[in-house]
Amino acid sequence: MIAIIDYGVGNLMNVYNALKRLDMDAVITSDKKVIADSKAIILPGVGAFKDAMDNLVEYDLVDTIKENVSKGKYLLGICLGMQLLFDKSYEDGEWKGLSLLQGEIIRFKEGLKVPHMGWNELHINKPHPLIKNIAEGEYVYFVHSYHLDPMYFDDVLLYTDYGVKVPAVVCRDNIMGMQFHPEKSSETGIKLLKNFKELIK
Amino acid sequence: MLTKRIIPCLDVDNGRVVKGKKFKGIKDVADPVELGKFYSDQCADELVFYDITASHEERDIFIHIVEKVAKNINIPFTIGGGIRTVEDFRKVLLAGADKVSVNSAAVSNPELIRAAALKFGSQCVVLSIDAKRNTHGSWDVYINGGRKNTGIDAIEWAKRGQLLGAGEICINSIDSDGVKAGFDIELNTILSRDLTIPIIASGGAGKMEHFSQVLKCGADAALAASVFHYKEIAISDLKDYLHEENIPVRRCNR
Repeated sequence: MIAIIDYGVGNLMNVYNALKRLDMDAVITSDKKVIADSKAIILPGVGAFKDAMDNLVEYDLVDTIKENVSKGKYLLGICLGMQLLFDKSYEDGEWKGLSLLQGEIIRFKEGLKVPHMGWNELHINKPHPLIKNIAEGEYVYFVHSYHLDPMYFDDVLLYTDYGVKVPAVVCRDNIMGMQFHPEKSSETGIKLLKNFKELIK
Repeated sequence: MLTKRIIPCLDVDNGRVVKGKKFKGIKDVADPVELGKFYSDQCADELVFYDITASHEERDIFIHIVEKVAKNINIPFTIGGGIRTVEDFRKVLLAGADKVSVNSAAVSNPELIRAAALKFGSQCVVLSIDAKRNTHGSWDVYINGGRKNTGIDAIEWAKRGQLLGAGEICINSIDSDGVKAGFDIELNTILSRDLTIPIIASGGAGKMEHFSQVLKCGADAALAASVFHYKEIAISDLKDYLHEENIPVRRCNR
């Protein structure tokens, strides 16, 4: 069973619906015991970085996530959920993240339309089972105003181009993140979620 | 490369998609989920569902449609029509919508944009503007389905919307709407140049060339209804055409 973490930000039903369509057993929960018993964790999220971190603290889930991950459990952060995995964000201030992976979340450079909104091409940086069957140039749906500046580009499996190389899928060991919305990215998104399903088997 | 988006707009009344003029000659054409899926399979980039119902009972039917769409379609979609409060935003977002578009209510209460952006994020707030050319060489903002001129300058309003936290502007030119003579190129050019958030051009699509014209002048997306509903233009063909025109688009099943 996959625990989709409910920490009071945004709509979690779309992620849940996507997993259901793939016959994946999932629950939306903020219950520590359910999270501890789960096979994998998905950390979704939309909205502002600071609010999301504040909510994780308020729901007392920061340590829960870290403990589960340290035991080797798979964690997938989606969109803002991916950004939260990193050290720090500069979204309207300077805020600490979960520091499960190393890097900072920064604003897109001047001269680009922001949010980075719509379908953009994926480029492969590093093969991995999570991105199996994803071809160079496939499209996924992005919507974000800040992006990851990773400490180690080796953590990046897929990236897209928007002024800079924007990390799209990151992974180190059991910790994974997707900047775009796989649940809204048509066939390519489904393939990625299927790969995740295979990985956590 | 970030692609330009093609967005079919589906007007929903009493649980059915209707085509043609909004207030007279209303006609059933399809089931919203089926038609949405049809467009999604044709490689539409997003969908817009516009609630044209009036009564509260029908409003509940509409929310149910939003839920059904979210369960069955895996591309992003926007909900518009009758959104007046932050609570209205919450309802449709919880039902599964990705974005919410506001029009008249934002004109009478601009703070709605800020409040919704703060609460749910700018990415889901689309400011929809009905604009009509005036005799002084600029555009006025109209409300109440294009019936009432507010006298507000459309470009100034778009800029203010961006400042208040809108994540996107959908500019619907009343002059070109339903005429099929092409999008308002001048207005879309100015907005694309002066704003830093994405612009969706709406109103006037009749031929494939119209899409390439407006996307080349800087619009990030183009929205249309009847040319798609009446199958005058298939989205998959349109994408091939735009690709030939060197406009970056996402094409499916290649």
